[in-house]
Amino acid sequence: MGMTMTQKIIAAHAGEKSVRAGQLVEAKLDIVMGNDITTAVALKEFKKTGAKSVFDKDKVVIVLDHFTPNKDIKAAEQCKACRTFAHSMDVKNFFDVGEMGIEHALLPEKGIVSPGQAIIGADSHTCTYGALGAFSTGVGSTDMAIGMATGQAWFKVPSAIKFVLTGKPAPWVSGKDIILHIIGKIGVDGALYKSMEFVGDGIDYLSMDERFTMANMAIEAGAKNGIFPADEKAISYAKEHGAKEPVIYKADDDAEYDDVITIDLSKLRPTVSFPHLPENTKTIDEAEKEKVYVDQSVIGSCTNGRLSDMKIAADILRGKKVNKNVRTIVIPATQQVYLDCIRLGYAEDIVKAGAVFSTPTCGPCLGGYMGILASGEKCVSTTNRNFVGRMGAKDSEVYLASPAVAAASALKGYICSPEMIGGNE
Amino acid sequence: MNTEGKVFKYGDNVDTDVIIPARYLNVSNGDELAKYCMIDIDADFASNVQKGDIIVAGKNFGCGSSREHAPLAIKCAGVGCIIAPSFARIFYRNAVNIGMPIMECPEAAKEINAGDRVAVDFSTGVITNKTSKKTYKAEPFPEFMQKIIAQGGLVKYVSKKINGEV
Repeated sequence: MGMTMTQKIIAAHAGEKSVRAGQLVEAKLDIVMGNDITTAVALKEFKKTGAKSVFDKDKVVIVLDHFTPNKDIKAAEQCKACRTFAHSMDVKNFFDVGEMGIEHALLPEKGIVSPGQAIIGADSHTCTYGALGAFSTGVGSTDMAIGMATGQAWFKVPSAIKFVLTGKPAPWVSGKDIILHIIGKIGVDGALYKSMEFVGDGIDYLSMDERFTMANMAIEAGAKNGIFPADEKAISYAKEHGAKEPVIYKADDDAEYDDVITIDLSKLRPTVSFPHLPENTKTIDEAEKEKVYVDQSVIGSCTNGRLSDMKIAADILRGKKVNKNVRTIVIPATQQVYLDCIRLGYAEDIVKAGAVFSTPTCGPCLGGYMGILASGEKCVSTTNRNFVGRMGAKDSEVYLASPAVAAASALKGYICSPEMIGGNE
Repeated sequence: MNTEGKVFKYGDNVDTDVIIPARYLNVSNGDELAKYCMIDIDADFASNVQKGDIIVAGKNFGCGSSREHAPLAIKCAGVGCIIAPSFARIFYRNAVNIGMPIMECPEAAKEINAGDRVAVDFSTGVITNKTSKKTYKAEPFPEFMQKIIAQGGLVKYVSKKINGEV
């Protein structure tokens, strides 16, 4: 019986000729990653293992991105502990304020991740790197600690759902809309324990940024990982960013899938997830009818903080003013994206429109800081979760959308399509 | 190994943000986190829960973030076991790794009510509802998982194993 892309990568890292779904294997890891919240726990567990050094100074990555620049004294203490640990272990890929960006935008940009690798990260959105054709999955701090000590992790080999994407998306339909549509279709546990493999001629129309957005949100359907084939676009992205030589794994023709779901991208509309689950999706046309007036619009995060997301925001906001009732917060995901936004004039467009333009941070996405919601407030956001209390007060509300919808809604005052503000893609 | 206590019952898709909101993640101490456990769906949980009590919930328990703080907060609050039809995969893995017993049992999760007195035997997988006098059979933990839980988590288990103590 054939193997899926994910199964092939796992087999290669476990030293096995072939693996089947459900099998338990121990696999070698190419990258072990953590952030300021999860590393703070992992370093305590790491010490308990008795290990004196990390398995490979080049393969451990620590990014201080969630509550940085430090939001309060306790967060500062956590970062200090992570910093001390990283320095004492001589971790080469340690990113502190000034160099850091949101981890899942930063690692591909720095060429740290490459097609064919096996990666764990103590952050649920580690599945992002599947856009490059890597097997990449989120774990907790204990797994990170054991991974740092041994360079290995155990996995239950996942089964998979194949998503065959066909056709060309209409204007204003982005990778974010596609993944929200998919989550709406299969539910927040629709891919529980499984791989989501994205294939089909439709992926040719998706930029790398859009693929990162889609793989990023595989976890919101409960998946172990999301993965795209490493095509020419992915390989040239990896090469341009100085990543290691790609290793290409293709699914076998006779690979077994639990389900095959075909989606005609040309039929999709911009999509919004209503509170309080990512699966509560509506098309923008349905959403507009409800006239959801928002208090805040957030454009950023590991899901949508890349340069193409900033460009869309700037293009829509340029020469206009945001609605006076909508606090608009734009957060480029990395220092490079930040710099590019300055160089290309996007930062000026955004600030002149009356939005704030922040340094990179996860900040408001998880209700950390930089845009916390008060009781009863509503926010349209390009982030990835809209759970109860996610961005602030427990009776505040988050509506997940694309950067185009979030920017258009910031101008109009309620959740609307970019078509409403006369935007042309 | 087993546990017995009163049941706290919740619905489907209990996420890690309501188990322990990120505004409390600027510390990693389990006892400190336990004070805010479940605060956004059950503000009285932390003050009412007693050692050995049991959480019974709907499908996909623990969905969302990879924060190990979530099972840690529940464990340090004193909860003896979580019973649900299914668990989100990172939560499942984290729970085992930190020694927080969890059981997948759709029938028990459906029928057990809030406030019931329930006993769980981890080695046989038998769940006994002492209030309704009904028993359920979940898949028992394999031996290695029982050992991890008995030692209080994967790291302690591995270090004891290295020293030949387990």
